[in-house]
Amino acid sequence: MAVRALAVLAGLALLAVPPFLPKYFLEVLISILFFAYLGLAWNLLGGYAGQFSFGHAAFFGIGAYTSTLLLLRAGLSPWLGMLAGGLLATGFGLFEGYLSFRYGLRGPYFSLVTLAFAEMLRVVTVNLKVVGASLGLVVPSQTNALLFVFADKLPYYYVIAVMTAVALAITHRVARSRLGYCLVAVRENEDAAEAAGVDARGAKLRAMAISAFLTALGGTFYAQYFAYIDPTITFGPAISIGGLLPAIVGGAGTVLGPVLGSFVLTPISEITRAMLRGRAGADIMLYGLVLILVISFLPQGLMGWLRARRAS
Amino acid sequence: MSGSLFLQAVVSGLLLGGVYGLVASGLTLIFGVLRIINFAHGAVMMLGMYATYWLWMLVGLDPYLSVLVTAPVFFGVGVAIQRIVIEPNRDAAEHNQLLLTLGLALFLENLALVLWQGDFRTLRVPYASASFFIADTLVEVPRLIAAGGAVVIAVALYAFLRGTVLGKAIRALAEEREGAMLVGIDVGRIRAVAFGIGSACVAVAGALITPFFYIAPDVGESFNIMAFVVVVLGGMGNFLGALVGGLIVGLAESLGAAFLPGSLKQFVVFLIFVLVLLFRPEGLFGGARGR
Repeated sequence: MAVRALAVLAGLALLAVPPFLPKYFLEVLISILFFAYLGLAWNLLGGYAGQFSFGHAAFFGIGAYTSTLLLLRAGLSPWLGMLAGGLLATGFGLFEGYLSFRYGLRGPYFSLVTLAFAEMLRVVTVNLKVVGASLGLVVPSQTNALLFVFADKLPYYYVIAVMTAVALAITHRVARSRLGYCLVAVRENEDAAEAAGVDARGAKLRAMAISAFLTALGGTFYAQYFAYIDPTITFGPAISIGGLLPAIVGGAGTVLGPVLGSFVLTPISEITRAMLRGRAGADIMLYGLVLILVISFLPQGLMGWLRARRAS
Repeated sequence: MSGSLFLQAVVSGLLLGGVYGLVASGLTLIFGVLRIINFAHGAVMMLGMYATYWLWMLVGLDPYLSVLVTAPVFFGVGVAIQRIVIEPNRDAAEHNQLLLTLGLALFLENLALVLWQGDFRTLRVPYASASFFIADTLVEVPRLIAAGGAVVIAVALYAFLRGTVLGKAIRALAEEREGAMLVGIDVGRIRAVAFGIGSACVAVAGALITPFFYIAPDVGESFNIMAFVVVVLGGMGNFLGALVGGLIVGLAESLGAAFLPGSLKQFVVFLIFVLVLLFRPEGLFGGARGR
């Protein structure tokens, strides 16, 4: 109960405090929630179903490019474009997932295939002039709330906060649903789960669909917030890792893990970047080190560690 | 399509493929013995290239001679990585071991970025542009040496695995861990040796290409992904498969570059990768267990 009260308090503080924060802290907070959101989306497939995607950038990029192209070419608001992007990414995820699961790719093989799909999309985007090729696309920055463009950072903060809350709610629901139990059964032992009557492929595909849809919405948020996208940013491995890392560090397969992970990781990276100006790479280097240390000493992530402490 | 263009693409593809073969041999050896897909393999290659670069810049050591230094040094680096990072997590879940090497790759790559910045460096040797013609096909000497050297090393390694006691112990461990333990093979030591040899292979491959390839912190990434493709193609843990797979991927890439616009050649390579993973995950030559 104490934990729940604490979570509610933290949630209220996240709603009430930001208007009074200096711009820099607001930006950091947006960054934290953005990676928490990506982590939550990744976690549904990677954490609950145990299918370690190394290529979630594919969905992120589809989301970012779909809404931006619909805006630039057809004048469609990104608020609607993001749904189109989400659906397209879901379709792509189901295609990718169907092929992988149909041919029984497990463990590292699945990771490699997802990585390859994301890289294929990156290469195609780099070579397609109609989508801006390697120069990328600039999102019009004239303030218009209906077109998902705001004058200052605060509205973006509330958008990503709502998205994160929705992703949390979905995760919470899934975790306690039949689907959630099926996913965990598949993760722990796929053959045993199937023997017990679980439709493993169906469960994994459902997790893939939700995960891809949510990740694509994150892509649209990125495009609107930074007003610029290019193939390397959106389809590159950095985004795939950006979603996977908070989930792993916080605790894969737990509801709050990705959020906790991002609240720990993102400030670390922001602080190193601020402290070591002009030394590009120091923050990612630290990420690598944190990943090694977490796997070595907290293989269940921070949530697993907290649980073990509470149990003892 | 023009015949000479085709021939030219085949020659450069085979030369590139030889290097891929050596990179992939190291990866497949590590996979065969440790059952780990090593995401840090390309990062070790990058470090090998920087080592070669600095040996040339500071001491004036020729990149080909520097192999005599980089091979033993990176054998040590590999042993250290496996002892310090991998071995303590030997019983961790498969995906966690994957993440471990991913973390290591992020760490090493960005360490290089912090130390030497992101600028592309090139190592200007006097013979960099030496070349000759066979019929009307251009053969660049540094590329020929790199491919030839890579194949010679890979074949020597194959002979070592076949013919020596240590090599046989490595193969035994790849084949059947418990059986290897039962006959008294020191599993921890062999795993470290395998990781060391794999790392030395990829560092040497890096050294061999420095006369004609740029050096940058992320240079290993594309080789790493290419090596995954090659290893899967040849069958995970299949040593000769890695060599043949390297040649196939090199050919596919260079034919793709000759006949497709832009950088779509990479698309061809990934397409092959996905198709092989889906339809023949045991590799083109079957039998994935450490041959």
